Amino acid sequence: MTTRREFLVLAAASFAVPTAAKAQLDPNLAAKRKAAYEEALGKLVGGAQVRAGKVKLQLPPLIDNGNSVPLSVAVESPMTGADHVRAIHVLTQKNPLPDVVSVHLGPRAGRAVISTRVRLADTQTVVAIAELSDGTFWSDSAEVVVTLSACLEEGLI
Amino acid sequence: MARAVVTVPAQARRGEIIEIKTLAAHAMETGFRRTQTGELIPRDIIRRFTCTYNGIEVYRVDLHPAVAANPLIAFTTIATETGTLSFQWAGDNGYTVTEIAPIRVE
Amino acid sequence: MIAPAARLFLALSAAWLLLESATAGEIPLPERRSGYEFMSRETRAMQDDDTGNPGTLWVLDGEALFKRKAGAADRTCFDCHGDARESMKRVAARYPAFDPARGRPVNLEQRINTCRVERQKAPPLAYESRDLLALTAYVARQSRGMPIAIAIDARTKPFLEAGRKAFHRRQGQLNLSCAQCHDEHWSGKLAGSPVTQAHPTGYPLYRLEWESLGSLERRLRGCLTGLRAESYPYGAPELVDLELYLMWRANGMKIEAPAVRP
Repeated sequence: MTTRREFLVLAAASFAVPTAAKAQLDPNLAAKRKAAYEEALGKLVGGAQVRAGKVKLQLPPLIDNGNSVPLSVAVESPMTGADHVRAIHVLTQKNPLPDVVSVHLGPRAGRAVISTRVRLADTQTVVAIAELSDGTFWSDSAEVVVTLSACLEEGLI
Repeated sequence: MARAVVTVPAQARRGEIIEIKTLAAHAMETGFRRTQTGELIPRDIIRRFTCTYNGIEVYRVDLHPAVAANPLIAFTTIATETGTLSFQWAGDNGYTVTEIAPIRVE
Repeated sequence: MIAPAARLFLALSAAWLLLESATAGEIPLPERRSGYEFMSRETRAMQDDDTGNPGTLWVLDGEALFKRKAGAADRTCFDCHGDARESMKRVAARYPAFDPARGRPVNLEQRINTCRVERQKAPPLAYESRDLLALTAYVARQSRGMPIAIAIDARTKPFLEAGRKAFHRRQGQLNLSCAQCHDEHWSGKLAGSPVTQAHPTGYPLYRLEWESLGSLERRLRGCLTGLRAESYPYGAPELVDLELYLMWRANGMKIEAPAVRP
């Protein structure tokens, strides 16, 4: 709770540093974030085709709070030396940054899985990409509705 | 202080796929939050999580700010031999935590 | 012999009084529902699994602090209390409790600090500091599964009444009382989030909004700020009175600490 004195000090400080307080959102935000997602995807797969399949991305469709959303990915694979999953990548299309996690694994993992909790900044599509040992890429995506966003709202109180 | 909690079965059959759950104490400061005067709070996150089994890396994760605070990472590995599972978290500002868990494999 | 009009008046008055007390706030025990029931399945799972519940990190810290020497007395909590799993059983379930030295109820955080200052001869831990949260979480954890049992007697009754009044009083720029949402409109929604009955069964708890463990007072201060009311400082008697009332209002419900909430 800011006292009157604290408020006056803050007001004076923010007047003195106008460039720091960028309160306005970029009107092209959605387009820029989509472009960032495409670029991140490109970095991960090169020019390779990404096929839907083999990957199962699980997210709750409606979540309590975007600060912590349980996410798990499982990829169908025998996980043998000859045929296994080399990497699992998770990307978002509307977070301030598109990358979420990248998992590097091999046959010793037994199963190509990851379970974690992620931050989602908006209602959006989350994408999971699996890179197989034969160089092919497979993916799954999921839609999530987020009413309380991560990254963009202050959890001050 | 508890910097990480690791849940690993104490023993397993050879070749069995075991489940491992890890939880690390870390605020995962995204770098997108601002102070009341508008300054950005610098990013401070765990960047990498590695699991090694008797010295051999079996699972590695690159983390980004979109990973939630106090990160949970759960995965599997094959119980190949008796020994030590070692878990390491490394991140910004020299953050480094290591936890080990013994495993007996029959 | 009472005149028919007077009899009718008395009957109506009696009925009105009964109705008043029935709707005077407290949700009957069989209808009390924990905030747990208003959360998604996934958030419930997060609370239920100690190996994935972030609150565990604070409980473990508290366990370590309980055995750490502190203050000029160079004493650990363990030195006086022994194994917390026995000595701290049911403690959180009966706090806030009356402190004769202060002549008023104190909450668990204040009780821990009293021990620190008077027994360990150490400086008190700051409210919402990691150490105080850890010790409170560790102590509260020892009451998990046990029913809240706030006992009211002549000494604590005035403070309970103060808390009850605060709960029913309209305040802030939004001019709302706690009761209007949490007695009359629980199970409704506020900006997409469910309105719960506001029972503090799980404190200190890991709130996803805070991305951290926090105390009941932190939550209450947040509520008051949300009403655009003047919030009280940590440890203020107004807050402790309200905590006493809230815990008493939740009597019989099981402690869930360390809970997880959105």
